[in-house]
Amino acid sequence: MIDKTDLWIVITALAVGSFGLRFLFLGLVGDRAMPEWVMRHLRYTAVAVLAALVTPLVVWPAATGGQTDPVRLFAALSAVCVGYFSKSVYGALGTGAAVMIAAAYWPA
Amino acid sequence: MARSDVMSSYWRGFRDGMPFFLVIAPFATLFGVLATESGLSVFETVAFSVAVIAGSAQFAALQLMNENAPLLVVIVSALIVNLRMAMYSAALVPYLGPLPLWKRVIAAYFIVDVTYAASAIDYEKHPDENVSQKFAYFMGVMTPVCPLWYVFAALGAFLGASIPSENGLDFALPIAFIAMVAPALRTKAHQGAAMTSCLLALGLIWVPFNLGLIFASLGGMAVGAEMERRGLL
Repeated sequence: MIDKTDLWIVITALAVGSFGLRFLFLGLVGDRAMPEWVMRHLRYTAVAVLAALVTPLVVWPAATGGQTDPVRLFAALSAVCVGYFSKSVYGALGTGAAVMIAAAYWPA
Repeated sequence: MARSDVMSSYWRGFRDGMPFFLVIAPFATLFGVLATESGLSVFETVAFSVAVIAGSAQFAALQLMNENAPLLVVIVSALIVNLRMAMYSAALVPYLGPLPLWKRVIAAYFIVDVTYAASAIDYEKHPDENVSQKFAYFMGVMTPVCPLWYVFAALGAFLGASIPSENGLDFALPIAFIAMVAPALRTKAHQGAAMTSCLLALGLIWVPFNLGLIFASLGGMAVGAEMERRGLL
């Protein structure tokens, strides 16, 4: 369970930080071009962080006590393949969910 | 300056923003459900969405708080996810920069993937429009997108309170992250960045305070940027 004080610290910090990032150029820096190398790194931030965040969750899921779980691994790989080839967020989401649901109701 | 010109820009933006309802509603609902599963109240869930108004950063923060990561790591990681907002902010300066400060404050708050992407395309298509019309277009795109982010997060929070936390729901968040990343792997540089940060995240799992996540992200960014610089796209 998430501690309430911690939660509000995170919400406040992210509110200030996210607005700061959004206001940084439009409000403060104005019409000055950002160095090309900065722009180049920024283009890969979301992909890099989310990939780093998700990989250990897939390989060592907390729900199985950190044991690699074939179902979760297969659900994740299916979602990656469908998302990559179809370019569809929903296709990926639906595929991953379908594998998890199918496994939950599989007659064991 | 005819008022009708401004209004027609507003409604053009509104129409362009409408289809994204289909993207926003399920993700906001999912956030609401997962937030209540993590013990957040409806009020806290909505406050989170209003304050941060950025899907992937909210999901990332929620996941890391569930893992009991140190607060600084939670905050820094979520803000790294949101660094692209600074890029959008920079990209909008040539169009919205001449606005008065209070309008720039409003526009800045509503910079999200959808409002940026739709506006950037529209401003290229209509270079003759003045800055009031551009602001009106931006607010038009925002109208069917941002308020729905709050409304559906609330809806998800109400739903989440009634859904029993079944086996397998723990994996909804990882699947949501994958669904966001996989379609974004358009270029070799994006693929290289993602692959590097996956491998580094696994290799650096032993690093205390979840700092491996931050090192892995920086490594992935560096590889993506370097591949782009060498023209490996």
